[in-house]
Amino acid sequence: MMRTDELIEMLSTNSGSTDRRRLTRGVGLAAALSAGAALCIALLALGVRPDLAAPGVMSFLLLKLAFSAGVVVLSGHLLTKVARPGGEARSRVLVALLPFVAIMALAALSLASAPSAHWDHMLVGQMWLECLISIPIIAVVPFVVLVWAVRRFAAPTDLVRTGALVGLVAGGISAMGYALHCMDDSVPFVALWYGGTIASCTLAGAMLGPRLLRW
Amino acid sequence: MIANEGELRGLMKASLDGNAGAYRILLDRLSQHLRAYYRGKLTRIGRSQTEAEDLVQDTLMAIHTRRHTYDVGQPFTPWVQAIARYKLIDHLRHRHSSTASVPLEEAGDFEAQDDHAGAESAYDLDRLLAKLPEKMQRAIRYVKLDGLSVAEAAKHCGMSESAIKVSVHRGLKAMAAAISQGRR
Repeated sequence: MMRTDELIEMLSTNSGSTDRRRLTRGVGLAAALSAGAALCIALLALGVRPDLAAPGVMSFLLLKLAFSAGVVVLSGHLLTKVARPGGEARSRVLVALLPFVAIMALAALSLASAPSAHWDHMLVGQMWLECLISIPIIAVVPFVVLVWAVRRFAAPTDLVRTGALVGLVAGGISAMGYALHCMDDSVPFVALWYGGTIASCTLAGAMLGPRLLRW
Repeated sequence: MIANEGELRGLMKASLDGNAGAYRILLDRLSQHLRAYYRGKLTRIGRSQTEAEDLVQDTLMAIHTRRHTYDVGQPFTPWVQAIARYKLIDHLRHRHSSTASVPLEEAGDFEAQDDHAGAESAYDLDRLLAKLPEKMQRAIRYVKLDGLSVAEAAKHCGMSESAIKVSVHRGLKAMAAAISQGRR
């Protein structure tokens, strides 16, 4: 039998001062590490697109990177709030949707300004299947690293929401890596296939969260 | 709701700065709130007080090992309540699979309860300690149970002071892990 006052005695002796930035630093470091890993995987397995010097290519690469980095920064920031006890109650998770809303608005504009005969090509592109497969696969590594970091440094009390955010960050990181390889240059393509695959990573995270993030 | 948010928050801030006295008072207050809360919840569904005390200790351990997740800019009580509620739901879902769903509204409010003199859980301290490597066992016994200072314990064990501190820290973590393993 263990007496509660003995336990309190044990816990409170020599506790020392506590590092208050541990959670943010741990999760941030994990995100940075896994971004490096996703970049390596994309470069080694797929390679950088060969036409980087061609006109207009750089601006599309930057657009893809801006969209996925926007997802990572916003959802990563939310993750450090939500993954604290009670954090789900005072975090505006819908903020994470902003990059998706923005890219869909741009896609709508781009479709509206093009003849409808081009729509098929703009939406489906050349390599939609490769995109559909690559982003979720590359996302596995960031997802595992982030789950580890949340288990170690955080204490989420809403495991579904936290899992969803972990999936969202992982999907965004993966899309950043894939963007270096992707040759489909149209805004509707990015909105549909990048947006869709990142959303599916989010869904997977929400489903796995309660199992993986218990503490 | 805990009435004395201001006081508890002050204690928590001092604790995070390394004030062991404040931390002891804080854990003691919290244990009273937790005891009242868990007894209220568990006796209503026909569970024992020992089980409630298991949860009290489990939650105190969780508060201790995750105390860095408290954001000092935010109110303190919701943080504690979220942990208490999480541990209750986790306990009911995983220790007894028959009670698979616990509505969140059921996991309601806190009140303090004073009859805690010598409250015990079913965790066996000696057995928990016995699972640790000998160095950690001795460090914890000297510093945490016998109340020796770190310097005295270091002398007794023939270890450096920082080695004692590390052993105590790791030992407590291992014990917390053993307790949550036992829950599953």
